[in-house]
Amino acid sequence: MPDLPIAVAMSGGVDSSVVAGMLHARGERVIGLTMQLWNQRRLPELQGERSTGRCCSLDDVYDARYVAQRLGIPYYVVNFEDRFEEQVVKPFIGEYLAGRTPIPCTLCNNFIKFDQFLEMAEGVGAERMATGHYAQVRWNPDSGRWEMLRSMDRAKDQTYFLFGLTQGQLARTLFPLGGMEKAQVRDLARELAIPTAEKPDSQEICFVPNGDYAAFIDAYFREQGISQEETKGELVTSDGRVVGEHSGVHRFTVGQRRGLRFAAGEPLYVIATEPAARRVIIGRHDDLLRKKMRVKDVNWISISAPIAPMRAEVKIRNKHVGAVAAIIPTIDPARFEVQFDQPQRAVTPGQGAVFYSGDLVLGGGWIE
Amino acid sequence: MKRYYFDHNATTPVSPEVFQAMAPVMTEVYGNASSIHHFGQTARQKLDEARRHVAALLGAAPEEIVFTSGGTEADNLAILGAAREGHVITAAVEHPAVLGSVAQCAHSTIVPVDGNGLADPDDIRRALRPDTKLISVMHANNETGTIQRIEEIARIAAEAGVPFHSDGVQAAAKIPVDVHALGVMTYSITAHKFYGPKGAGALFVRKGTPLAPILFGGHHERDRRPGTENVPGAVGLGRAAQWVAEHGTAEGPRLECLRNRLEEAVLRSIPDVHINGAGSPRIPNTSNLRFDGIESEPLLIALDLRGFAVSSGSACSSGASAPSHVLKAIGLTREQARSSLRISLGRSNDESQVDALVGALADSVAHLRRIAPHPTTPAYA
Repeated sequence: MPDLPIAVAMSGGVDSSVVAGMLHARGERVIGLTMQLWNQRRLPELQGERSTGRCCSLDDVYDARYVAQRLGIPYYVVNFEDRFEEQVVKPFIGEYLAGRTPIPCTLCNNFIKFDQFLEMAEGVGAERMATGHYAQVRWNPDSGRWEMLRSMDRAKDQTYFLFGLTQGQLARTLFPLGGMEKAQVRDLARELAIPTAEKPDSQEICFVPNGDYAAFIDAYFREQGISQEETKGELVTSDGRVVGEHSGVHRFTVGQRRGLRFAAGEPLYVIATEPAARRVIIGRHDDLLRKKMRVKDVNWISISAPIAPMRAEVKIRNKHVGAVAAIIPTIDPARFEVQFDQPQRAVTPGQGAVFYSGDLVLGGGWIE
Repeated sequence: MKRYYFDHNATTPVSPEVFQAMAPVMTEVYGNASSIHHFGQTARQKLDEARRHVAALLGAAPEEIVFTSGGTEADNLAILGAAREGHVITAAVEHPAVLGSVAQCAHSTIVPVDGNGLADPDDIRRALRPDTKLISVMHANNETGTIQRIEEIARIAAEAGVPFHSDGVQAAAKIPVDVHALGVMTYSITAHKFYGPKGAGALFVRKGTPLAPILFGGHHERDRRPGTENVPGAVGLGRAAQWVAEHGTAEGPRLECLRNRLEEAVLRSIPDVHINGAGSPRIPNTSNLRFDGIESEPLLIALDLRGFAVSSGSACSSGASAPSHVLKAIGLTREQARSSLRISLGRSNDESQVDALVGALADSVAHLRRIAPHPTTPAYA
């Protein structure tokens, strides 16, 4: 059914704008949809000089609409504020308060973009959706599976955030930028006369101004009228000595150095947080090293779930270069143990662990 | 693709006769209506003529008409000009132009409405305070079409000696309006809801009603609304009002027939549909439908992609659909409010268009109900 349109998730940035432009130039029927995820007028105390240009700002909607007008494609803003708050913002806060370090972009991909947005796209009559993510998808007739691969531009690769995608979602999703370099994308934007061609890339968590998630959490609690439980507590060394106080467990993540306000001979790092006891455990660099970890809610993409131990390259955060490990099934089919060949620094609960074989994304889950 | 317009409560096209009346006022009769010379006098003549037509539409005297930039300004003037420092009583289903103005007043009471959107006059009586300076209750609601018991509320206001304003933006030209029979002191209208231009409205101000200006700078409009008169806009509003006088009340029953045809066909061909506010008197062109189990946002977009323009209530600044305060006020859950759609008929609509809309609605609703929600991975612990 080539006549059914493709819904492009347009953020107002250059990547998704180019996707809309490319598909349109190729003769596809394209509908532009922008998700209104978060009302930027909320939490006014966080608004500063830099409060524009983030996700869902009116400026971004204006840019997306302008691109759609230039292309002459139907364009709509769809309201996802309730869903985003329930399925991304609240879990994001809950994870921090539980002493873990969440990845809201993955939550958003799993529960909003490739789930409810896809449903919205289908609802308005589109058959497939396209986004500006840097990732590649291909059909493997031998395995009968949709495979995901890292993007051609390794520096822009976003597969780390996409490990939750199911076969059904991949079957209906296009990543037209996966085979392109970012510079090519900008060139194409100029060529297609896309007005946002020179717009800078967005970097931070879209709803958290200036990356200050602790200030966001505090402001959110004030807005909701919830008195936040006291999270101040003791700073404890890995061998159990109380060496000071900290300003709140949710302000610390594993591997962090900043905010440890007391003098010591050698650099100290957060080794772990214990929200129940309101303790932050600190130690030396070597105390951060872990040989193994458990990963839950694992989703397998390019292969079916292994029933025997297998070897793969594992990324434990977006900027991690990846480390070779054995992935070992447990009694729980969605839970795997990962044993690294070399100990890894700052294995952080709440972050994703994504398994690769070369460029192939095998699957991934959440570090426990 | 052929496109059909079913969103006349949002706005209407300027009718050919209105356009024809306005064009020479922009190019030939361009004088400043406050100027003493010939150019000013001919413009003044057009302005006065327009004022007479608007007055006739409302059963008012010409000197009781203050031209404004539209309904929002008329509401602001009526409310802030009468009660900024005092207490105002209004209803939960009012247009944001009223609710926003009331929020600027020192004190306010917002009375609830029943399941059909009607405010109870007794609630208004009970809300009266010694410092109450104004009661403001809309004539007809923009989303459900509900017509309030204006005469009854006016009696309560008169007994209490409190001025009564009504936002008549959705009622004027759709149902007969006689401001004196209604008993209102002030009454807001805007041209673009009945085939006049955008940016032109008026406030009826009953003779002798004290009203402070909200804009400052000149003596125009009897010191009530400074600023060079928008003569083309006023002429457009006047011509649109005159059309109603010329054509009598035939359009109302025609639209009501169409609306009934629409609702009967929808109820017959689509299961699990409800008509919001059907239990109260409604303006003849408005139908607010609720489809169980689906969201109106994709429905609206799907219909637009097929050429049918309808509405889902209000929109936020980004252009996304926003949950309707009106539907919440009539007791709908957030989910029910989000599954509601407004269809507002007008001059261009006929039976074949309505039938085509019902067909598209049935298709799109069935499609949306067929799409089972995608299996969601277990909630993130």
